[in-house]
Amino acid sequence: MLGEGIIKGMGETARNFFGSYVKEERLTTVQYPEERLPQKEAARNFPFLLFDGNDPHAGLRCVACQICEKECPPQCIYIVKSKDKKPDYIGKPQFYPAVFDIDTSVCMSCQICVEVCPFEAIKMDTEFELSTTDRFGGLLMRKSDLAKSNVYYHKIHPTEADEVDGRLASEKSKVEAKAKADAEAKAKAAAAAKSAPPAKPAPAPALTK
Amino acid sequence: MNFKHWLVSFAPDTWQPLVSALISVAAIIFVFASLFALTTILERKGLGRIQNRYGPNRVGPFGVFQPIADGLKAMTKEDIVPRAADKVVHFIAPLVLVIPVFLALAVIPVGRNMAAVDFDGGILFFFAVGAATELSVFMAGWSSRNKYSLLGAMRAIAQMISYEVPLILSAVTVIMIVGSLSATKIVDAQAGYFGWLPNWFVLTPWGFAGFILFMIAAAAESNRSPFDLPEGESEIIAGYYIEYSGFKFALFFLGEYIGLFAISGLAITLFLGGWHAPLPFLIWIPSYIWFFAKLLGLIALFIWVRGTLPRLRMDQLMNFAWKFMLPMALVNLLAAGVWHFIEPGFARWAVCLVLVVGPYIMLGRSLFEHKQLAKRTYRYAE
Repeated sequence: MLGEGIIKGMGETARNFFGSYVKEERLTTVQYPEERLPQKEAARNFPFLLFDGNDPHAGLRCVACQICEKECPPQCIYIVKSKDKKPDYIGKPQFYPAVFDIDTSVCMSCQICVEVCPFEAIKMDTEFELSTTDRFGGLLMRKSDLAKSNVYYHKIHPTEADEVDGRLASEKSKVEAKAKADAEAKAKAAAAAKSAPPAKPAPAPALTK
Repeated sequence: MNFKHWLVSFAPDTWQPLVSALISVAAIIFVFASLFALTTILERKGLGRIQNRYGPNRVGPFGVFQPIADGLKAMTKEDIVPRAADKVVHFIAPLVLVIPVFLALAVIPVGRNMAAVDFDGGILFFFAVGAATELSVFMAGWSSRNKYSLLGAMRAIAQMISYEVPLILSAVTVIMIVGSLSATKIVDAQAGYFGWLPNWFVLTPWGFAGFILFMIAAAAESNRSPFDLPEGESEIIAGYYIEYSGFKFALFFLGEYIGLFAISGLAITLFLGGWHAPLPFLIWIPSYIWFFAKLLGLIALFIWVRGTLPRLRMDQLMNFAWKFMLPMALVNLLAAGVWHFIEPGFARWAVCLVLVVGPYIMLGRSLFEHKQLAKRTYRYAE
């Protein structure tokens, strides 16, 4: 009969109307500033600089090699290399960036800087509440804004951070083992030299090991 | 209205009629404008809940101050008039909408002795003034010099003229039975109770059919969904008021809702017993409370229908008006006449029921006769 469908439809909407007051799971809206969904692990937007330990200057992994600056497609990275050197995570003296700026209004979140970095120093952040009233200074991230600890990295990308840490640890142990072997070889050579002074000098340790 | 008499008594004798009129006008404008504010928030909340959303809940507790924020926004927005527009007509159009709908409210009795103007041709005045809204819609659509707005205006004219006929014909049944065009007399005719049932016209076969027809036509007249073709956001963006912004847009919005209140008020007056209480033991509640309770009920019904039905197509709209609404309204006139001439009793009920339900079923069948209703198949989009 004419009008049957309308009655049925009105019943359906009425059920939705009252149901939304009774059943909380009907309302799928996440009321954003108060509630928020958990971040997805693969989320990313802008890059940040990683540092180990507690001191953002001493622990900063970046050695100012400027590869990312050169690779960045929209050229939003600006680096000034330091004059002096500071020890890196292995203890080797390295340069560090005196200035490291990323203009987030230019950055296109392509992650190429992360791909090319040989020092695991730059990673993608998940922080997205970056609105500011100052559209020039407010969107330009300085080194102090960019430097974030390894603990934070572990929090936002746990599996990726574990992988990176494992790689760095194995590299460090390799270097340490090599240094130890070198030291032992040196000590042996020195001992040999002592026992037989006029002998020819010990062969130089292989560069690649 | 003792309070009004008390207020008027302060004015000098010669000024008293004018002061009295001004107080009535101020009361109508204030009450119905605040009801408009309330309705906007209730509508957005209700539609939200129908779609399993929260609706606006940011401004104030539960979002109750949302209309204030909307009003401030509308008033501070820039008023843009297109360069090619007919500027005088463009300016006048919203006023031509808002003034008649407020005028129409003047004849609605909102409570015992509470009609601002009570004269014998009240219903006639209502329809005469209400017809001015069509003019306003066309003025807005024409003067904007925009193809969408003109399309919207053309649709509005076609729709409003088509639905004005069943609207008035379904109201005529009540006028026939009561024998008066006066709104207060119509309300008085529905006083009293039959047992515990109220003596309302909606509880008779012709009255019920007339009420349904009237509400459908009222939705079409006030451009409410599912008859919102003149506005059709998804087809012609906003229809006839596409080129309006800021306060003029707000005036259109206001006029549309006040028109809805006016026509709902008329439906209450004609069919739902005006300000009379629905049950005999509830008469101690003031009459105007009953009127506004019924008005809010009808507004809720309109919101519910809006949340349920999709927009009609233009041919469906016209078919429905001329092939269903008009024959039903005419048959209903006959039923009301028969009701008037048969003595009260079971026979009257039976004859009128047959006269209303029979044509309804027949018309419904004939409308579906050549329709092949099947699951729609899409050739390209899937």
